[in-house]
Amino acid sequence: MLLSRKNILSTKELKKQDINQILDTADSFKEISTRAIKKVPTLRGKTIINLFFEPSTRTRTSFEIAGKRLSADVINISGSSSSTVKGESLIDTARNLEAMNPDILVVRHKNSGAPALLSQFVDSPVINAGDGSHEHPSQALLDLLTIRSQKGELEGLRVAIVGDIRHSRVARSNIQAMQTMGIKVSVVGPPPLIPSEFNSLGVDVSHNLREVIKNVDVVMVLRIQLERQKQGLLSSLREYSNYFCLTSEILDKARKDILIIHPGPVNRGVEISLDVMESKHSLILDQVTNGVAIRMALFYLLLGEKNANPN
Amino acid sequence: MAMNSVLLNAKEISRAISRISHEILERNQGAGDIALVGIRTRGVALSQRLREKIKDIESLTVDHGVLDITLYRDDLAKGLQKPAIKRTEIIFALENKNIILCDDVLFTGRTIRAAIDALMDFGRPSSVQLAVLIDRGHRELPIRPDYVGKNVPTDKSKHIQVLLNEEDGEDKVIIKGTPN
Repeated sequence: MLLSRKNILSTKELKKQDINQILDTADSFKEISTRAIKKVPTLRGKTIINLFFEPSTRTRTSFEIAGKRLSADVINISGSSSSTVKGESLIDTARNLEAMNPDILVVRHKNSGAPALLSQFVDSPVINAGDGSHEHPSQALLDLLTIRSQKGELEGLRVAIVGDIRHSRVARSNIQAMQTMGIKVSVVGPPPLIPSEFNSLGVDVSHNLREVIKNVDVVMVLRIQLERQKQGLLSSLREYSNYFCLTSEILDKARKDILIIHPGPVNRGVEISLDVMESKHSLILDQVTNGVAIRMALFYLLLGEKNANPN
Repeated sequence: MAMNSVLLNAKEISRAISRISHEILERNQGAGDIALVGIRTRGVALSQRLREKIKDIESLTVDHGVLDITLYRDDLAKGLQKPAIKRTEIIFALENKNIILCDDVLFTGRTIRAAIDALMDFGRPSSVQLAVLIDRGHRELPIRPDYVGKNVPTDKSKHIQVLLNEEDGEDKVIIKGTPN
């Protein structure tokens, strides 16, 4: 079985059967990370390049561990140590890396669309590991895996995504993937952080967390991206927290089996309170564990796609 | 047209499993230190039947595991085929155990090579023994079975299909000719 796509750039491109295949494969891969010897020889002799032009701990480490658990050679290049600081263009960098025959490129970039652009100049499959405020498909897939592991089924669930929707690539990737899987999505946040384009995506838009929380199976709390708040869309963090911080008082209104996920890193006390973060509802660390399995599945399913299946 | 003929029927499969169970117990002097590991897909059903039979004979339930060897295959990198990965389940310690690997058909030996590699990642068993329902020859690696249901010298182009109740709703082994 093959995925319908050669690259993983956007969840919009993934069909339901692709997502199911990725989640099923990841489910089987989870076991490998629990062994004493956490390694299988599947990608022996394959080279994966992590090209990170933007800071990242969790995602970069997760991709690196995923590659290593499958026995691939993983090379990490960060923005500050790459020749882009000498003025080399993204495309030249990509072409030079391609000349060293990697098998998969994983790209994070501050500009939306950079991984898609790069994929046009290389034969290797490209995985988008986050591009600007555009998309972060592997995060959406690990969120779906985390939810499915708890609920069994995705179809028919209701999910609220709370926070800075405008700047969130996680929200965008999740909305598309969740809708493909038959999940009903609501987005919740202050009006300046929910652009009007979201009205046309088929999601419910709300500005009242206390109301929305009563009717959802899962709440996804987004990080307030302090580095992207320079335009003054928020009057103050304290005001934001008063309305949208997920506290135990708000959680009391929710269903007893509500699940809480957060893509990290967490600003404690800003978008989620400490006690909620550490409550039994919170799956934040499960998400991190599942992230490795999802990325292993993507590597496995993209293996051998080079020169194979142009689309 | 393809020519199908039956190599083993349900009764013969059942007798083979009984005999193999006795041979395993005889060779290992009882069921004390053995564990059965089935290779997905039909090796699993075979290993479970051996386990039941051994329980009938010795009144002892031996450890049981399941291996998916896909990730250890030597033809993945070639491949446009992308076999679905199923879970491996080995939840007992292999140390000081005699592991009986179970598979339906032994052919080139490459699956067994992969299974041995996979097993070794879980620990260091005392020994690994191999039980198969059909040995059809044509080995490409120095691997031999310890317990065999039936030896069937075959033409390499023929296809052997093992049907087991658990997966296929009936017990039967058939050999298929190639339709030319």
